Amino acid sequence: MNKKIALWGILILAFALLPLFIKSNYLLGVLIVIGLYTIIVIGLGILMGYAGQVSFGHAAFFGMGSYTVAVLTTACHWPTIPALIASLILPGLVAAIIGGPTLKLRELYLALATLAFGILVHILFNELKGITGGPSGMTGIPYLSIGGLVFDRDIKFYYLVWVTVLLVSLAVHNLIHSRMGRAMRAIRESEHASETSGIDTAGLKLQAFVFSAVLAGLAGGLYAFYVTFVSPSPFGFHTSVQFVLMAVVGGLGTFWGPLLGAGLVVALGEVLRWAIPLVIPGAGGEYQIIFFGIILMLIMVIKPEGLGAITDLFKKPRVEEVQ
Amino acid sequence: MDLSSQLLQLLFSGLTLGSIYSLIALALVTTFNITGVLNLAQGEFVALGALLAASLYTAGLPLAAAFLVSVALIAALGALVERAAIYPARESSALTLIIITVGLSISLRGLALLLWGTDPVSLPAFSSGGPLLVGGASVNLQTLWILGMAAVTMAVLNIFFELTYTGKAVRACVINRTAALLVGINPGAMSLMAFAGSGAIGAAAGIFITPVTLATYDMGFMLGVKGFVAAAIGGMHNIRGAVLGGFILGILEVYSAGLVSSGLKDAVALVVLLAMLMLRPEGLLAASGRKV
Amino acid sequence: MLLEINALTKHFGGVAAVKDVSFNVREGEIFALIGPNGAGKTTVFNLITGVLAPDTGTMVFMGRPLAGMKPHRIAAMGLTRTFQNLQLFGRMSVLENVMAGAHLKGKTGFLKSLARWPGSVAENKMIERDALKLLKEVGLEDQAGLYAAALPFGQQRLLEIARSMASNPRLVLLDEPAAGLNSAETKILAGYLKHLREQGKSMVLVEHDMETVMEVADRIMVLNFGESIGEGTPEVIQADPKVIKAYLGEDDQVA
Repeated sequence: MNKKIALWGILILAFALLPLFIKSNYLLGVLIVIGLYTIIVIGLGILMGYAGQVSFGHAAFFGMGSYTVAVLTTACHWPTIPALIASLILPGLVAAIIGGPTLKLRELYLALATLAFGILVHILFNELKGITGGPSGMTGIPYLSIGGLVFDRDIKFYYLVWVTVLLVSLAVHNLIHSRMGRAMRAIRESEHASETSGIDTAGLKLQAFVFSAVLAGLAGGLYAFYVTFVSPSPFGFHTSVQFVLMAVVGGLGTFWGPLLGAGLVVALGEVLRWAIPLVIPGAGGEYQIIFFGIILMLIMVIKPEGLGAITDLFKKPRVEEVQ
Repeated sequence: MDLSSQLLQLLFSGLTLGSIYSLIALALVTTFNITGVLNLAQGEFVALGALLAASLYTAGLPLAAAFLVSVALIAALGALVERAAIYPARESSALTLIIITVGLSISLRGLALLLWGTDPVSLPAFSSGGPLLVGGASVNLQTLWILGMAAVTMAVLNIFFELTYTGKAVRACVINRTAALLVGINPGAMSLMAFAGSGAIGAAAGIFITPVTLATYDMGFMLGVKGFVAAAIGGMHNIRGAVLGGFILGILEVYSAGLVSSGLKDAVALVVLLAMLMLRPEGLLAASGRKV
Repeated sequence: MLLEINALTKHFGGVAAVKDVSFNVREGEIFALIGPNGAGKTTVFNLITGVLAPDTGTMVFMGRPLAGMKPHRIAAMGLTRTFQNLQLFGRMSVLENVMAGAHLKGKTGFLKSLARWPGSVAENKMIERDALKLLKEVGLEDQAGLYAAALPFGQQRLLEIARSMASNPRLVLLDEPAAGLNSAETKILAGYLKHLREQGKSMVLVEHDMETVMEVADRIMVLNFGESIGEGTPEVIQADPKVIKAYLGEDDQVA
């Protein structure tokens, strides 16, 4: 227990002091993006690791959060805090509408539904020019301001994002060790036995899905305030696949998985962006995703428990499993 | 051109498009029911088949030979990916398997990008000559080729499923996998066959539409998604329903083209897919009760 | 009457798995369903617990019809079950299995769980205390921290029964609880079932081990090819020529 608290303390301290040693805005930006993606992958990890379902449309919820903030603050002149709150609510509502009917079914229809939804929303971002500004996007989003504190510099945003990651992590830690977390783990082990224990499996899966969409919306809202500009390109199908990859790389159902996965995949993406043009002159961003696809496939075939399972090595096994 | 011949013209386009969707859906549903895998990489077989045939033709092979070689190679590719990526994970959860096919889809698309780049490639029409006039509508000859190929493929598959022992075994798998196991059907061989067949059907569909639409490395993704729309209309467990679903989608897309902007063209199919999954996941044709 | 089953019928592709089956379960009794393999006993359980929907027939539990209810709603009414092919939460501890079985005793929802609401911690402590008490009753308190999958088979059976009791149900359906147990373990099981009955629990027991059935059951119904061919006390059943011919007679050593 003390070791656990010490680990948390060291990590928090490391993240708090890190910006003092980082002089480049580029690196700070990468760390902010990792933080935002961690928030999304925490939610997606709960959906995948506990509810046993996958979403290929989380980039759409991420984008809905961003566009909600963009539209409400620019066209509707809302203050920033209500706009941020709306960016959580809208994706949550939409997730409830999609997940309600599809999660009652045993098969992976949610995967297909979110795939269709993700592509559809991306098309709408491009085509509903009157609202979204089309492919060129929307500019002029104000800085987020919380009680007089204006997040107008990267360093401030860095702390905002990582404090949010910390709060979300604590909440999820509570969840996993609660009655509902126990019920979710039970569903993963046996749906029949969970139902006969009185656990509403479809209802709990829906709650997990809505929660994951709310977190994606939150990350999207924060992202809009960070870049103060939104366009459709970061919210396509490939981004959804990247989120799935992050969840899988870090290890499903592990606590540190999302942070590990988001960090590794973002870092790999940055390396590839630099390295690919050296090998293939004139290559654009579309080459990056090839590597992600291959890695995703390899992990799922060879080691579906993900790299996060490595952390299990440090745990003392409770007992040898006999079966 | 009067209204009725315009409608007829659109019907021909819809049937052409629909027959391609039907073939993709056919492959998807058969694979899904035999292996339990929702193969999100199905569309990539279509793209790779078309690109490969175009390259073979450019290299000097006659069109028919380019077609046959490409179909055979993509069938082999289907078998290869089944052994490399699906078979080793066959005991995994449906969640794992669907993620594998997404990874596979992206990897195959990446392979196409590396080999063929982003420029579209083309094939000549299969027969020369101007369009035919049918009831006031002008019908491109390639359209007839596509419809004919779809009809022949479906007829051959029908004979296979209804009359051959292996075909009956596949149908047994579709109806009840456990029962099929009990009567000695080898599910590993069935799975291999499903993927090889999916590769062949996908490649054939891709080659036949290339003279009309051209082929690009990224054409497969939306085609695969539309195959799923067709399959969802049919109800995912119904091979004939999937074929019918393909034609319904093709005709729906063509007739709605005037109503929405070209950018929203694909949105129609996606809305249909979402609506089917949410409102009627058992498919439009479930009332008939026939499974195969 | 606790449970009233009336004219229950279920077909699978033309074959009647359960045909016109009727029986009642009284408060505080152990009612046994016996019959050869494939007689439809597990199907009856799946129909009662809402896993399958019957073709025709009614099922009434504590005066309320069960038709069309989801399994978790039925569990909330006080009707739980165990499974023939054990459905434990293998990668959860023995204690957590019973705590998950007590899901209905808690009220903390998703949002309150995220916030670690003050009441939720106390509630969890209460559930844990009750679960430990149950584990003590079945003699598994020393194994509380082990993974359920790590228990020997006999103890897994006991754990599943303890889990089915954790939500304090009125009626429990036990699907072959003695299958795979050795004779010493079967003795412990029979003792535990009688202990539960003394506490006022009602049970429906599907079991092949005739010695156990005759020892613990108050009343027995015999199913053959989905149909009831006899019902009564153990003495009546053992003397019924139809039953003996269809079932007991095939096997001299009734064990």
